[in-house]
Amino acid sequence: MIALIFRRFAGLIVTLLLVSAIIFAVMDLLPGDPASVILGTSASPDTLAALQKEMGLDRPLVVRYVAWLGGVLQGDLGRSYTYGVPVAGLIAERLAVTVPLALMAVVLSIALAIPLGVQAARHQNGAWDVFSGLFSHVSIAVPAFWVGLLLIILFSTTLGWLPAGGFPGWDAGAAESFKALFLPAVALALPQAGVLMRVTRSAVLEVMNEDFVRTARAKGLSEQTALWRHAVPNALIPVVTMLGLQFTFLIAGAVLVENVFNLPGLGRLAYQALSQRDVVVMQDVVLFFSGLVILMNFLVDLAYLVIDPRLRAGVR
Amino acid sequence: MSFLLRRPIFSIGLVITLTLVAIALVSLVWTPLPPTKMQIVHRLKPPMAQGLLGTDQFGRDVASMLMVGAWNSLSTSLLAVAIGATLGTGVGVIVAAIRGLTESVVMRICDIIFAVPPILSAMLLGAFIGSGRFTAIIAIAVFMVPVFARLMLGAAQQIWTRDYVTAAIGMGRNRAKITIVHVLPNIANQIIVQVTIQLGLAILTEAGLSFLGLGMPPPAPTWGRMLSDAQTFLGQAPWLALLPGLAIALAVMGLNMLGDGLRDLLDPRDQS
Repeated sequence: MIALIFRRFAGLIVTLLLVSAIIFAVMDLLPGDPASVILGTSASPDTLAALQKEMGLDRPLVVRYVAWLGGVLQGDLGRSYTYGVPVAGLIAERLAVTVPLALMAVVLSIALAIPLGVQAARHQNGAWDVFSGLFSHVSIAVPAFWVGLLLIILFSTTLGWLPAGGFPGWDAGAAESFKALFLPAVALALPQAGVLMRVTRSAVLEVMNEDFVRTARAKGLSEQTALWRHAVPNALIPVVTMLGLQFTFLIAGAVLVENVFNLPGLGRLAYQALSQRDVVVMQDVVLFFSGLVILMNFLVDLAYLVIDPRLRAGVR
Repeated sequence: MSFLLRRPIFSIGLVITLTLVAIALVSLVWTPLPPTKMQIVHRLKPPMAQGLLGTDQFGRDVASMLMVGAWNSLSTSLLAVAIGATLGTGVGVIVAAIRGLTESVVMRICDIIFAVPPILSAMLLGAFIGSGRFTAIIAIAVFMVPVFARLMLGAAQQIWTRDYVTAAIGMGRNRAKITIVHVLPNIANQIIVQVTIQLGLAILTEAGLSFLGLGMPPPAPTWGRMLSDAQTFLGQAPWLALLPGLAIALAVMGLNMLGDGLRDLLDPRDQS
């Protein structure tokens, strides 16, 4: 077990190193270096050369990569050109919005998807099944940022129940902050829920025919107990896998939804960095998000071990 | 007809997709009004009051903009998926033929590319080479490569275990020839299904990119930018936010349903 986790962890480190190296190399290959992107086309060659030297761009790629990596390991992600502050601080500040938002969205989507999916599997081809099938078809097809706009029209401009955007900050109180994050989280959760529901349904359907569920029924457990105690936990693996796979889309959705609701999160930071041509910030945010996706996949791998005792037993 | 009635998912998907394609094609030769024509006196008119679907903040005809938007969205997505599917399938079948260390290295690289959401790679690309249709296509295509590579590797690996491939190897055919003669034709169905489904995803992504201003530049109408413009007028003119989103959702739903339907149709054994 420990050896397996250790091996997975080593794989994680290698992947993270590779992803940073690739993004670094790609940025180097693209026409225009960060200094000229920041200064624009009107800059004089002297100014450009000075900034290039200041940013260390006159050094070879490998040297810059190693220096950058060394910095990252010490928590130094470089300085934002427009804000004039360390990028690490900027990211940490924005995470206080993006992480709760993503977590709320995941929790909401699970809370919606698992009961719906299980009910659909239990009453296969019944009204529930048809309804949830329709729900999943629709929710997979709608863009999260559009759902956000619809929620604003309904709950903010029409009913006036919830704020249309902005974030008061956690200092203003948890209740106010959660209120500001609620609509964005719902917008993010709905498309996720459709996918998760579909996976839950087919996984439960498959497990329901397994011998151990039949045994559970045969020994006199009620249908509900057999379902929730024996079938559902065994159906969770594909659901967790899907959650992991969907993480990339959750992040992409968060970038958009944060911009719809004007939330000062990482996605908004990336967007602002793009319009201000703050390449250092952009590079760091992209690396950070990619690292997060890879880390998520790693956690999903670990979660298998927790969920499924058979995998633990099979470890050599 | 009964063929279509017995397959509702496929039929609905087919009808929606064909309608979308037809609207996109018609927009090339005819729209009710020129989509960029501004009539400030008729600004923010609701549907039916001015034109079929109303007007936007500059008095442009929403129906015409949606029609041209269909073409812009579909053509961008189609190009992106075509590039991604060709490269990805190529990588998948080549790796399936070579196997060994190449397989694990290539698949690891695919995992890494897959870890960068297309929205973010479009932002990175946008900063360096400028945003626009080209950037959007590249960003979406790059993301599609690992998707197709993974799926087609799996599909190709299955073909390599078949008896007729073993026979071909026994006859001394080389791996490149087997890939072309046996593997590709036998995974063609799965490629078609995936292209359909990924087209839906590409349309969603393209909408997101143009929402952020990373798609085709103005004045070309795109569904994403129409939504972004509508944000300012949510209270006054909610239909401006409703209609382009409906167009996106319908297009994606149609393609997804068509893809699901095609899967059942082309591969009756795999109906999980």
